[in-house]
Amino acid sequence: MPEAIALRGLVCQRAGRDLFAPLDLRVEAGSLVELRGANGSGKSTLLRTLNGVHQQYRGQFTIDPCLFQGHRLGLDELLSPLENLRFAAALHDRQLDEDGAFAALERFGVVRYGLTRMADLSAGQQRRVAMARWYLAALPVWLLDEPFTALDADGQALLTQLMVEHCATGGVIVCATHMPVPIEAKTLLSLAMVA
Amino acid sequence: MWRLLKREIMVMWRATGVIFNPLMFLFLAVMLFAVGAPPSTGGGSAVASYGGAILWILVLLTNLLSLDGLFRRDYDNGMIEQMATAPQPLFMLLLMRISAHWIAVGLLLTLLSPLLGVLLGVSVNALVVVFLTLLIGTPALSFLGATGAALTVSFARSGALLGLLILPLYLPTLIFGATAIHDQVNGVDNPAALYWLAVVSILAIGLGPFACAMGLRISLEMQ
Amino acid sequence: MGLKTFWHKLGSPRWFYGIANPWRVGFGLAAALLLSVGLVWALVYAPPDYQQGNAFRIFYIHVPSAMIAQSIYIGMGVAGLVLFVWRMKLADVAIAACLPVGMTMTALALFSGGVWGKPTWGTWWEWDGRTVSTLVLLFLYIGIYALRQAIMDPELRGKASALLAIVGTINIPIIKYSVDWWATLHQPATFTLTEKPAMPPEMYLPALVMALGLYSFVGYVILQRMQGLVLEREARTSWVRELAG
Repeated sequence: MPEAIALRGLVCQRAGRDLFAPLDLRVEAGSLVELRGANGSGKSTLLRTLNGVHQQYRGQFTIDPCLFQGHRLGLDELLSPLENLRFAAALHDRQLDEDGAFAALERFGVVRYGLTRMADLSAGQQRRVAMARWYLAALPVWLLDEPFTALDADGQALLTQLMVEHCATGGVIVCATHMPVPIEAKTLLSLAMVA
Repeated sequence: MWRLLKREIMVMWRATGVIFNPLMFLFLAVMLFAVGAPPSTGGGSAVASYGGAILWILVLLTNLLSLDGLFRRDYDNGMIEQMATAPQPLFMLLLMRISAHWIAVGLLLTLLSPLLGVLLGVSVNALVVVFLTLLIGTPALSFLGATGAALTVSFARSGALLGLLILPLYLPTLIFGATAIHDQVNGVDNPAALYWLAVVSILAIGLGPFACAMGLRISLEMQ
Repeated sequence: MGLKTFWHKLGSPRWFYGIANPWRVGFGLAAALLLSVGLVWALVYAPPDYQQGNAFRIFYIHVPSAMIAQSIYIGMGVAGLVLFVWRMKLADVAIAACLPVGMTMTALALFSGGVWGKPTWGTWWEWDGRTVSTLVLLFLYIGIYALRQAIMDPELRGKASALLAIVGTINIPIIKYSVDWWATLHQPATFTLTEKPAMPPEMYLPALVMALGLYSFVGYVILQRMQGLVLEREARTSWVRELAG
């Protein structure tokens, strides 16, 4: 089985400078990669590079179709969670399965806000809607930047469970975080700063 | 595609001010002109086409003002990022977005132009031309301006810079629009200006989304 | 050397730096020669205009500078295209080097136009077609300059200004056409002094020499600036350190 992500001497750059030492990595299906590094070590930039938004890099990489979650949630605050999910599906040229969407919102504990504007939800609740978006996206690779931010204990448990589930079904997660992900089976990838 | 356009228009509708504020701005600007530089101050043949030309310039400036918000909210909430990496081609999504902007600003101002024209003393037979030129010309304003909006969306305050980038490109649109009005008022039968206005709009609609997509990708890398 | 190898080698700043030297010297010499010949010819030997007298001689600086102002902008558009299609970093260096030169030439064209206009039309400034398109060109330059000022990351600064230069270059013919159209509408064509078809050779030949001389001068300045920018950007590489000793 081919790897879901392969990095060959990948170095992200900003303003012409290398952010970290070259990365070589192959990620098989079903694995969780925890991205570690100090502030400014290039964790977010690496994720954005893999997502194709950041184009300043050396080296090569291949990646399966992926979903990206940055600090900005990618949810429109003027739309309701349901409308947001509908738009996310439309971006992938799919029709949203409404029952499935409600089930997902239910699972992450925000179904009663399904039709209110995102702007009226708290930061943690918005994060839960974002989780529903990943869940429904049906994409093999998830690139998550600090996904545990703003979540309460219950939300963190839901997220952990979701991540375990995704990996168990053959998905791949690359997760940048300052706090260790509470999952045993994971690969650590530390970004070494270049002097 | 239709679903995407519908969504864009729905968002514009919900965002308080996106549709309403430019409209009010235009009304106020017309009032300022009518009071500060009434049509009677012009001289000779200028008087007749004065109101129409002023209205064109004001619509152009209103459009420019509204462009700053074209991508700003979605840039900040991460939607642009999602759009740029979605399987749907970005230029297609932008075509929908900019079309929605035209409907919410350009088309709406065009529909109101007869009323505003009357306030500025435009003669009735010229009102038709004002309406027609705005209808044909305002897409060029939205689609030319979108690239500027895309390139400046990462700056906190981009208003003046956006104007500096875009206003020189607006000049042909204004010239053809104002000339068509001028010709009509002076009884010259010369449809060339209208045709050229259409050419500029079609070029802008055809090329604008691509340039705009490139601009947004550059701006995304600045985050 | 084939064109293709040349193209590939242009990607290397070091190679460009070396190859630019003889060209720069060549342009410099040509500029010195042509401009000194052209100036003497234009200011001393060319006959005065039968209507405008000696005021006409500003033509010899005005028209070449206006031509060059436009050429440089289109050159920047081409460089922008090269940057996008081949991702050649030298293209951004070219844009950065061209920008102030083009701006200066546009300003010179506007200024000399005013100086020419005062004795001829009796006014420093006339909203005629050519004036308007040159003024718009100046604003197009200033726009790129302002955008470059606003962007910190050199890589993105290059891309953004390349995109703007391309958009501007596509628009230039439309702007020119519309402005000419507008000019014929708003004023009868009385000011077509430079388009007099029967300009005698002893008047237009010095203009040709001046234009070539000014082009060489601009080529010299741009190459010099490009070399300087290459050194600045490659300051940390070994070949620049060797060069600096």
